[in-house]
Amino acid sequence: MKKSVFLGSVAALAAVTGGAAMAAEGDTLKAVKDRGELICGVNTGLVGFAAPDASGNWTGFDVAVCKAVAAAVLGDPNKVKYVPTTGQTRFTALSSGEVDVLARNSTWTYSRDTDLKLDFIGVNYYDGQGFMVRKDLGVTSAKELDGATICIQTGTTTELNLADYFKANNMSYQPVNIDSNAEGEQQYMAGACDAYTTDASGLAATRAAFADPENHIILPEIISKEPLGPAVRHGDNNWGDIVRWTLNALIAAEEYGVTSTNIEELATNSENPEVQRLLGASDELGAMMGLDKDWAKRAILASGNYGEIFAKTIGEETPIGLARGLNAQWTQGGLLYAPPFR
Amino acid sequence: MVDISAQPGTSFRLSMLLYDRRYRSMTIQVIVFILVMAAGWWLVDNTIRNLQALGKDFNFGFLFQRAGYDIPSPPIPYNSDDTHLRAAIVGLLNTVIVSFLGCIAATILGIAVGVARLSNNWLFARLMTVYVEMFRNIPLLLWILIVYAIFTEVLPPPNAYRGENPAASMILFDNVALTNRYTAIPTLGLTNDPGHLDLGYRITVDWATIAFAVVLIGGWFIRKAVLNWAQRVQDATGDRPVTWWINLGIMLVPSLLLIWYFGLHLIPPELKGFNFVGGLNVQNGFVALWLALTLYTGAFIAEIVRGGILAVSKGQTEAAYALGLRPNKTMKLVILPQALRVIIPPLISQYLNLTKNSSLAIAVGYMDLRGTLGGTTLNQTGRELEAILLMMLIYLALSLLISGGMNIYNSRVKLKER
Repeated sequence: MKKSVFLGSVAALAAVTGGAAMAAEGDTLKAVKDRGELICGVNTGLVGFAAPDASGNWTGFDVAVCKAVAAAVLGDPNKVKYVPTTGQTRFTALSSGEVDVLARNSTWTYSRDTDLKLDFIGVNYYDGQGFMVRKDLGVTSAKELDGATICIQTGTTTELNLADYFKANNMSYQPVNIDSNAEGEQQYMAGACDAYTTDASGLAATRAAFADPENHIILPEIISKEPLGPAVRHGDNNWGDIVRWTLNALIAAEEYGVTSTNIEELATNSENPEVQRLLGASDELGAMMGLDKDWAKRAILASGNYGEIFAKTIGEETPIGLARGLNAQWTQGGLLYAPPFR
Repeated sequence: MVDISAQPGTSFRLSMLLYDRRYRSMTIQVIVFILVMAAGWWLVDNTIRNLQALGKDFNFGFLFQRAGYDIPSPPIPYNSDDTHLRAAIVGLLNTVIVSFLGCIAATILGIAVGVARLSNNWLFARLMTVYVEMFRNIPLLLWILIVYAIFTEVLPPPNAYRGENPAASMILFDNVALTNRYTAIPTLGLTNDPGHLDLGYRITVDWATIAFAVVLIGGWFIRKAVLNWAQRVQDATGDRPVTWWINLGIMLVPSLLLIWYFGLHLIPPELKGFNFVGGLNVQNGFVALWLALTLYTGAFIAEIVRGGILAVSKGQTEAAYALGLRPNKTMKLVILPQALRVIIPPLISQYLNLTKNSSLAIAVGYMDLRGTLGGTTLNQTGRELEAILLMMLIYLALSLLISGGMNIYNSRVKLKER
């Protein structure tokens, strides 16, 4: 009898786990609306991109994407549940249905898009991999790092780039595998590694959080292309469209000079037909993907247009101090280029 | 069955399946079996359908793709151009190495502490009690992290060994450098190197290593033969020939000859560029994991040993004393052989625990099986199901191997009933 009770509970447990897995499929938009909350996978803590502030509210460049999507879909930028994910857990969290959208400075690569069955819906930050070292080490170029010990976040594209870069330059190194940016910071500060490598934006954000940022330099070599963008599960195209065009709306808003301060005014009396369509003054664009006509307006109002978000979270006025560089509008010599809203 | 034929007239009715005690247990077993099978089928079916919905297939082809990532200090040659399979094997070897060394150290520590807890020295026995209770009752992960943190924060970086007046200096006659990354120890060098044996798959064994192994193992067997001969002489004449110098010579002389022939010497590590080179750099992650596993499991083994010794009745000790055996002879010849029967079975569990606990290596960046196959490979290829299932299979096989080996040993020491 003892045995059959045990087997019975095993069967019950199996039923519960199986049930959770079933939720992964289906209509994400409907699921989010029914839940009344967007679940957004973010970094475990990278100042400027996604980190909780002193009062526990998540803020940052990636977080702003989550807020914009929540505002477009649910009408409230605060109806977001943030799930911190590490480099190792992020894609599993997305494909298992634990999060609806992953906005966690993740690089868009071929195999992630195809083999991992993710859909990167665009690029919100054009980045590249760099190295940070202590100034007193006397190193001025990544080419001088032969034999160095290097801290590297495991499960990332940077891990593979690092191996390729040192091999291509016929140099050797000792990797120290770490799981999160916080751990990397700690190991680097303790001197357990000579250099810390990750996306250059991540290095700048990490350095900004140091007590002595002036004693650390980011080496000039950028050894890879790292187009960072939000990702959704492959297969739910409508949901992918919603996230993609929310991001595009933020970028287009900057291009057309729509900001969080003048948006109400422009929504009623803008002469530009593109702005009228974007803000729902004319055509019903929102209905085409199952939203109302004010979706883009709410998304922009959530934390401003792309330029405003950039300036507020990681721009030159912030401690992180990143220049727009490649992330300027195409009209300013950058790569940001939102397709037309029509 | 016999009862049924003994009662003519009562034929089988369906309700008897539930109300007749002869059938009821069978009915319950059949129902539970069907439920379990259904649940299993449902789980598999659900997995297949969910994988299909995600557009993923189930295959192990990824194991033969280029891994692309590096592993610090691999036990066999490995670089980023090798396959995921080789990376997994490197991880498995790392798991085996830390588990094996951990089991040995934990056993030695456990026996010492277990015996010490029974010591008549009050302070010594209490100190051991404190150790056992401290390590048994705090999660292993915390011990691993704290040992690692101590290494990282307290020890100097390799840089501190640089310059005219270095902040840190090497110990043991400039042979060992403790740093916050690794412990740099000397390696053995040969002036007269006979080369190595190629086993294929870029795995090689030095001829010198083979020579030493042959000499030591051969010496061990000769020593056994000498002891047997001494026993025979003792049985025949009553006088035991003095054998210690023969045994010492058998083990020592050929080894010394080999050392002289090969020109074996130490190559101390030296600071070049960013790190110590020349010697062997033992990663702190490994040392921290090994030390924490040893201290943690050692505490459990100490309790098992203490329990085993206490299980041998006091009369045995008194009888041994009455025969004139000294305390350490009593322990070796009377108590331990009997205590081992009680100690071995729970000891097997501790070995299995240690091996499985070694997967906490991920916390300190030691690339064991969990770190390679279940970590980076899983993440880079996105083959969660395959990687985890394969990893479970490997840990299962490893554990069964250990318990199989230990069971053979157990059957040799257990009470022989005639």
